[in-house]
Amino acid sequence: MAARFHRPDPRRTVVLGIAGGLTAVFLSAIGMVEEFIKRSLVDPEVVLGYVTIALVPFVFAYVVARPPPVREGIAPVRPGPLTLAAGAVAGLLTASVVSLFVVITTEVNVRGVLQNVSPPLLETLTFHRGVGQGVVWLLVGGTLIGAGGAAVHLIPARYRRPVVLAVVWVLIFGLLQVLIAQIFRGLKVGDTVNPFLYKGSRGLTIHGAITVWIAAFLIALSLEGQREAMRRRLAEATPAVRRNYMLVGLAVALLILAVTPQILGNFLSEVLDLAGIFLLMALGLNIVVGYAGLLDLGYVAFFAVGAYTGAVLTSPSSPEWNPAFTFWAAIPFIMVAAALAGIIVGTPVLRMRGDYLAIVTLGFGEIARILFLSDALKPYFGGAQGIIRVPNISIGPVEFVTSQDFFYIIYALAIVLIYVSWALQHSRVGRAWMAMREDETVAEVMGVNIVAAKLQAFIIGAILASLGGALFAHKIGSIFPHSFNIVVSITVLMCVIVGGMGSIPGVILGAIVLVGAPELLREFSEFKFLLYGALLIFMMQMKPEGLIPSRQRAQELHQDEAAQDAWLRREALGDTEPEPAK
Amino acid sequence: MSDYGAALRRRGLELFSFTGGFLWAVRIAAVVVVIWGAVGSLTEGRLTFDQWKNLVVFGLAQGSVYALIALGYTMVYGVLRFINFAHGEVFMSGAMIGFFAARELNQHGLWSDRPVLGILIVLLVCMTTSTTVALIVERVAYRPLRQRPRLILLITAIGASFVLQYAFRGLFGAGVKSYPSIEALQGSWRILGFNVIKTQGVVILIAFGMMALLYTFVERTRTGRAMRAVAEDQETAELMGINVDRTIVTVFAVGGAMAGVAGLLWGLVFQQVFFFTGFLPGIKAFASAVLGGIGNIPGAMLGGLVLGQTESLGPSLVLSGLGVPSAHQLKDVIAFLVLVLVLVFRPTGLLGERVAEERA
Repeated sequence: MAARFHRPDPRRTVVLGIAGGLTAVFLSAIGMVEEFIKRSLVDPEVVLGYVTIALVPFVFAYVVARPPPVREGIAPVRPGPLTLAAGAVAGLLTASVVSLFVVITTEVNVRGVLQNVSPPLLETLTFHRGVGQGVVWLLVGGTLIGAGGAAVHLIPARYRRPVVLAVVWVLIFGLLQVLIAQIFRGLKVGDTVNPFLYKGSRGLTIHGAITVWIAAFLIALSLEGQREAMRRRLAEATPAVRRNYMLVGLAVALLILAVTPQILGNFLSEVLDLAGIFLLMALGLNIVVGYAGLLDLGYVAFFAVGAYTGAVLTSPSSPEWNPAFTFWAAIPFIMVAAALAGIIVGTPVLRMRGDYLAIVTLGFGEIARILFLSDALKPYFGGAQGIIRVPNISIGPVEFVTSQDFFYIIYALAIVLIYVSWALQHSRVGRAWMAMREDETVAEVMGVNIVAAKLQAFIIGAILASLGGALFAHKIGSIFPHSFNIVVSITVLMCVIVGGMGSIPGVILGAIVLVGAPELLREFSEFKFLLYGALLIFMMQMKPEGLIPSRQRAQELHQDEAAQDAWLRREALGDTEPEPAK
Repeated sequence: MSDYGAALRRRGLELFSFTGGFLWAVRIAAVVVVIWGAVGSLTEGRLTFDQWKNLVVFGLAQGSVYALIALGYTMVYGVLRFINFAHGEVFMSGAMIGFFAARELNQHGLWSDRPVLGILIVLLVCMTTSTTVALIVERVAYRPLRQRPRLILLITAIGASFVLQYAFRGLFGAGVKSYPSIEALQGSWRILGFNVIKTQGVVILIAFGMMALLYTFVERTRTGRAMRAVAEDQETAELMGINVDRTIVTVFAVGGAMAGVAGLLWGLVFQQVFFFTGFLPGIKAFASAVLGGIGNIPGAMLGGLVLGQTESLGPSLVLSGLGVPSAHQLKDVIAFLVLVLVLVFRPTGLLGERVAEERA
């Protein structure tokens, strides 16, 4: 079949080009570009601010120029000169919108309304060359970057992914300089590697960047196509072999965990501690949302119950009643309190449909925060002053003080809870949850006790969150009602959804990346929730099953497509299929 | 007869089953608590009769704001059957941009010299902003997901809500913005023995006017009829020649416009707006929509008014009577409890739901 050249849709090119421009203007106006400009990724020229704004025309042009997927029976189209032209036009349009913004805001002072549109931002956007020359630079740059984004499609398919991935890795090495340099230092090779890769605290050196790119490119190239083969080999392996793989994997993971805090040092352990606490919660929410399919938006309530129960029982200065237990003695009480909270929240919502349940649990989350904050319960929980002097955790004479010490407690508990989640998933109640998630009515007819299954999900989820909360209280040493707002619930939900609902590896990835990364990248902290929200929308549109999907959940979410495929197959095979015996 | 007997037995069993018994206990406890509290605070006489009446008027003003927001929730739910979680932020966007318009007018003296014209201009600004935001959210976030499971739409809506909140924070700053006050609206009127603060009176007036307008629009115009048809049965409506896509866009636009009106009224009553303003009123408005019966437009109006009164009277009437200190702090708890109780005991709301039966 003769391949035709791809002709991008002109209307779509114009629309997306302008949309790209509006996106770039938006990123500038919320202060992101100006905030990121201080951060150098590769010394001396590549700074995060310009990378961010350049990514916009690049990505939009890439999307504009993307040829349609190759389909059976339709002549494939291949990218050609028009692809580049469309990308360039989209980039030019994007740059034009930004230029228009620059010209307008130089003439009219809008700072009274848009507080981030400051003279420094305008200077940044015009490359410190004045409006006239700056706009020319903008337009030329936008066109070139747009053409570049489209040119990605011209790279032969075999090299496309490795080339792009390698660039991403260079950016990651630049962004996570603190982490990567510390890892090298922890591995005792920092003195030789770091000066080569990094220039002070100002990002990668040029030869460092090139080295990273080449290394990443070669690794990605050699791995290309291997992934399928590996997955197939794993799938074909006998249970005994697979078991061995798993044991080896587990041993490696434990070894890495054991040395991590020593390598990473105090600050990075602190970051991982926080991520670990969110991981505990995410594992719990994964049971409620991922397994049982109950969208709980007030999950922070259980976290708060755990934290407050733990604090009241262990702190010598808790207001009304202070038995000053040790952490270990308090655990059974924390779990009982959490189970009670789970029943209180779970029972009224038993008969509710999915979306109502979400809002009502959200309501419960707010109720918990308001109650802990209120004067009415101040004698017991300290109101806005919270509870202070929550002691450190100790085992016998050993007291866990530093964040490196805490790392072991948190992740030991995480391993236990991961095992619990895994065991539950394959247990009778786990199967009941999944049946319920797919179709409640059918599950009930098949003999699943819906009431019991839902309550079990809420109770177990609550207990997991409460343990996270108790550790949080001991980690921070004091708790205040303001720590328990809706944002926590949403963050945990993000970890579960982005990682993959019902998928334990996904949840682990989600918690480490989504909670850890913003702590490392201080520049991002102000835009954290904006990015979370955007990521949530993006994931739901592109990959609702998450980054590391649980196979079953992915199937459910793509049921329609699967049904369609099956139908197509049947149509195609219709003639060759043997007649059913009469 | 036997059916009736079976139903009775089921009811009886329900009482003794775990959840049934628990729910009955909650039901009885709720009634007892409310009566006890009310009797307690009325016999104590902490508030004078006039103060109670002021609370009623304030509740009416607050409730009419909730009602306007609730309309957006209920209409979208009626058509698409999902909770547009970002609707609270649509309301906030109107209130926020309205603030800038009001500030500008105030600087030129128009806000105090010609308040009617000023309010009208700001009202238009608010409505335009909220409508635009609602349409953008619909186009970017919801439309690509129209046929997906509703849980996915809800999660998307949560994402959209966060994006809007923090986008407004980034664009306009995190600080609290104070609406300039209107001199002509200082003081109060005396109506039917009620002492009505002028601002609240105007708010109630505008809100009821808008609701009447909307009701006429939905009941009397072709577009309104198309909206009702799509809510009833999308497929059939499409077969009858209704442009479903355009109708859904209209629903978002009208809902957004009402939220914009609510944004201005919020600015007039509470005078303060910041990026998080949309969250609580949004949830409360959703509670109102559920209270009135989701999908039911008069229901949303009624639900908003009832919730407004509950929130205004509840703390002083019930909680103070029970001896709870600083009861007003628990105002939001009451709103959430109302939502929970309604969903548990009368999920179809006061006036009944008007949504199409779920299709398999």
